[in-house]
Amino acid sequence: MTDTLDENTTGPDIRVDPETGNKIITWDRNGETMEFIVGSKPEGTDVWQRVPYDAADYGPVADFATDFDHADPAYNPNAPEVWKAVREGGCPIAHSDRYGGMWVPLTHDTVHEIAYDTDHFSSRSVVPSVGRPGDRALPAPIGLAPPITSDPPFHAVARRLLLPAFAPKVIEPWESEIRLLCERLLDEMGEITPGETVIDAAVQYAQHIPVNVVRRMLGFPEQDEAMFREMVHEVLERINEEPGTRQTSNDFGAYVQEQIADHRENPRDDLTNFLMNTELDGNKLGDEVVEGMIILLLVAGVDTTWSAIGSSLWHLAQHPEDHQRLLDDPEVMTFALEEFLRAYAPVTMGRLVTEDVDFHGCPMKKDDWVLLAFPAANRDPLKFEDPDTFVIDREENRHAAFGLGIHRCVGSNLARLELKVAIEEFIKRFPRFELAGDTRWSVGMVRGPREIPVRILETA
Amino acid sequence: MRVHLDAEKCQGHNRCYALAPELFDVDDYGQAMLLVEGDVPADLQEKARLAAANCPEYAITITENG
Repeated sequence: MTDTLDENTTGPDIRVDPETGNKIITWDRNGETMEFIVGSKPEGTDVWQRVPYDAADYGPVADFATDFDHADPAYNPNAPEVWKAVREGGCPIAHSDRYGGMWVPLTHDTVHEIAYDTDHFSSRSVVPSVGRPGDRALPAPIGLAPPITSDPPFHAVARRLLLPAFAPKVIEPWESEIRLLCERLLDEMGEITPGETVIDAAVQYAQHIPVNVVRRMLGFPEQDEAMFREMVHEVLERINEEPGTRQTSNDFGAYVQEQIADHRENPRDDLTNFLMNTELDGNKLGDEVVEGMIILLLVAGVDTTWSAIGSSLWHLAQHPEDHQRLLDDPEVMTFALEEFLRAYAPVTMGRLVTEDVDFHGCPMKKDDWVLLAFPAANRDPLKFEDPDTFVIDREENRHAAFGLGIHRCVGSNLARLELKVAIEEFIKRFPRFELAGDTRWSVGMVRGPREIPVRILETA
Repeated sequence: MRVHLDAEKCQGHNRCYALAPELFDVDDYGQAMLLVEGDVPADLQEKARLAAANCPEYAITITENG
């Protein structure tokens, strides 16, 4: 199905169900009527299937080729070694019975093919967990948080609403503000004694940058920063908790609604009011759609970028030659930035199989999960020369850090800018630093260091 | 040398715009637009090759003149 509403399409026609308050959206496409429901409680939204999986029954992963689990605490710290070992063992697509059945393509070609095949691989839920949406839950093609959970053809409609807010020329002017934020964080580290002072590059620096930037773009209060981080952690790391018990998600929805109400009373020039004023065929989006998009921006924009910044600083702490090259030859950042993104891509996304399909010999069943490991695709030796080596000026670099196909990360320009400025400011302030202890890595779909003790060896 | 952009394949990664702003622009939706018609000037050919070699969606192709 193409991801556009073309001349064969009429609509959308939007009406409100007076009983439930849900929006009912209909399109006619090539003579076929499609109906989608958007609302806080569309019929069936609560119908989650509890998949027959209990992490405690399985224990730690012994073989990632046949028992893959991205939530195994040993996975993220060792992911590049895992991908290499599984691929070299002759397995391009790993499998797991966990989460009710999950496939994990580890080559660039298979990741690319699945990302493009939106007929067989739905984005209705992109976080594999013990709760799987039933047929009537999170109705396709819209999903809970459009456009990331949307399939064609609705996807293109939702995506076009967000794209202008993140276009390169809209994002570029944020550079000076991000630079000031980074400088402030570095100032707040206090007195530094070179050779002695140990700071945490994740806790004291990387984790504060994206949450602050997204919060400013949305026009939300500064004091709520810690709550955002907790909410993001909840969604992405606690995938083994019972569905429906995630209190934070409900609280966060209520919080976002409060912010929307405040923006209605006191409109200002920010992303929240931009979304509230956005129209779909002459109709405002409705608070529940705005809420979904805001939660998406927070979840997708915070610990992803934080992870990329952290991994890059973790790399530089161990590779003084790359650090020195960036100081001596600032122009190399154009290539270095993409190489950081390739080698340390933080984001893996999920898909749901829509119908039984034989995928290169893998018998995929309807409702199986697929884990699209873009970071593994980025280290596929069939696509990248010497993939496990960080080549700071790699000239050919078609990495998939921001995904491939129609779901390319909408915030990629912002993420890239934050990563560039965060690295530049850190190495400018600290021309030499080294690892000073154990790095603690995240657990789950977003890969990055959560604690990076770093000893400062020189200050500017 | 000529450079071609397949607008259907472009997903707005903006790698070409970052590497070769003399040859590519982007619109309000982040979609790439080709700025040159016909032959690519000699001093921009290296940038054209870089843009093609870094497009994740393979939307940019280069043809060398016979």
